[in-house]
Amino acid sequence: MKINRRKLNVWAYDISAAVILFIFILPALWIVFTAFRPANEINVTPPIWIPRQLTLDAFASLFGLNPDVAAGVPVKEYMRNSLTVAVIATIISVSFGTMAGYAFSRFHFKGHTMLFLLIMLSRSVPGIALGFPLFLLMRNYGLVDTRTGLAFVYIAINIPFTAWLMDGFFRQIPKELDEAAYIDGCNHWTAFWRIDLPLALPGMSAAAIFAFLAAWNEYQIASLITKTPASKTFPVGLYDFTTQFTVDWRGMTAMSVLMIIPAIVFVILTQRRLTEGLTFGALKG
Amino acid sequence: MDSIERTPQMGDDGVSENTKGNKRKNPNVHRDSGKFPYLLIAPALIAIALIVLYPLIYSIYVSFTPYNLLRPEKTFVFHFDTMFKNYVKMAHDKIFWRSWGNTIIFLLVTVNLSYVISLALSQLMARVTRGQSIMRTMLMAPMMFAPVLVGFQFAWFFNATVGLVNNILITFGILSEPKAWLVDQPWGMIAIMIAAIWMNIPMMTIILLAGTLSLPKDVYEAADVDGAHPWQKFKHITFPLLKPFTLIAMTVLSLDVARAYDIVRIMTGGGPAHRTEMIWTYAGRMAIRNSQFGYASAMALTSVVLGVLFTLYLFKQLIKSRVVY
Repeated sequence: MKINRRKLNVWAYDISAAVILFIFILPALWIVFTAFRPANEINVTPPIWIPRQLTLDAFASLFGLNPDVAAGVPVKEYMRNSLTVAVIATIISVSFGTMAGYAFSRFHFKGHTMLFLLIMLSRSVPGIALGFPLFLLMRNYGLVDTRTGLAFVYIAINIPFTAWLMDGFFRQIPKELDEAAYIDGCNHWTAFWRIDLPLALPGMSAAAIFAFLAAWNEYQIASLITKTPASKTFPVGLYDFTTQFTVDWRGMTAMSVLMIIPAIVFVILTQRRLTEGLTFGALKG
Repeated sequence: MDSIERTPQMGDDGVSENTKGNKRKNPNVHRDSGKFPYLLIAPALIAIALIVLYPLIYSIYVSFTPYNLLRPEKTFVFHFDTMFKNYVKMAHDKIFWRSWGNTIIFLLVTVNLSYVISLALSQLMARVTRGQSIMRTMLMAPMMFAPVLVGFQFAWFFNATVGLVNNILITFGILSEPKAWLVDQPWGMIAIMIAAIWMNIPMMTIILLAGTLSLPKDVYEAADVDGAHPWQKFKHITFPLLKPFTLIAMTVLSLDVARAYDIVRIMTGGGPAHRTEMIWTYAGRMAIRNSQFGYASAMALTSVVLGVLFTLYLFKQLIKSRVVY
């Protein structure tokens, strides 16, 4: 009797979790479905839940491959800008953030807590508040509406989170390894470079993916300092589908799918590492 | 309990021991270790100083001038006697106060509801036996969506004429005619909150789930022996032990509270008639549409204070609970 009840309970947990999560991801599924629907299935009453027909039409017109529809949105330029800016910012911010994270995790120095806080607090400045002076200053240096200007911004705003994550990852590497390295004649640089950095590579890849996504998805500052397809990124470009009175929902969902493709790959690859880095030291470690 | 024992070791880092040991083996190390951590932090600090601190200080200066982007030569001038004009104007601006009120209500509701839902979801998911990893991936779905996308998506669902919400409610006969969700009070605000909570849940749940799974099993076994109810176990064991994880989740959230700007900007733009106006959208419109950068900077700086204080408080707690230096 008792065993049966326990079995029943286990089933109840599994099924209710599955149902709740399914409802939870419905909004996301709806966007993806819509991108692959024929135009006559969109926004009809009553709603058509399961697409009866799948088509790549929306993507074809997005890339200007559909001769009937004029290509209004410069998707290729947006993709180029988004990729360039996000990749450059990721490489540099992860390098800087990893170095800082290592310093915070391994050394005990004057101003340790204060410098850590200073770096973290820089991330809590709302993008819109930072965007105003950045726009005014960048005008003086000809950086408005350039990919370089945007990449600079994303380097700085990605450092804090990277440093925090890497601090967590370095703490997981036993200190005895460093001590052994010192005895073998390593100095701090070589111990960092040859011992700790290789061991922290999986963590670094998680931090890199996170930094990439933050740059890839950023809207507030990009909306202020990008103006034309020369530097506009996907999040800003989404607005091209809206006019004053109408929205091209189908084109918008197709571009959304393009935007989430790298995210899907990255999130699936790194979810476990991300939590490890953030929660290390919270309990037993 | 265990963590208290190990923290002094973590804090001391064995660095002092190292350097002592190294003095014998390698005299260079001791001299280096003084500068070394600063050298490592320097690039990060320089980048942040140039791209965050310098603009912020510049922004304070701008906020003391009546800077209007359309007439920069005439308006970008600093006068000692009129330097607080923007701040005085702000204090008398009813919409400014209203947008602050909305921002606080929005943050209180979304942060707390996100936490309660995430806590419940993490407890449920910790008990799942089959398909954990698929469910985790499903849970992460909103993380794959840029905040702008979340905004567009929910703006579409709650759209008065083509929105899915009206469509479903009318199909099932719950509503007789379409409702303008984003226009009617208080539904506009509620719709925005739903979008923000949807976006917040994954990160919080994942962290709380990691915490729940790492809790020591023996405590629960002892509670079982004493005949504790599931609710008692949650209240007296799980909830208090999860506190450090709660703190981490809240801190991660606080680092980017202003990303709600993206959602509001798209769903309602702050309107109609400032019903869903937040401090970020009001300042944003003042600069982008009205070109009043001086006034907008003054308002934006008040939002910086909120963000910084919020994060400062949480990080202090976090550092206190984690490492003692």
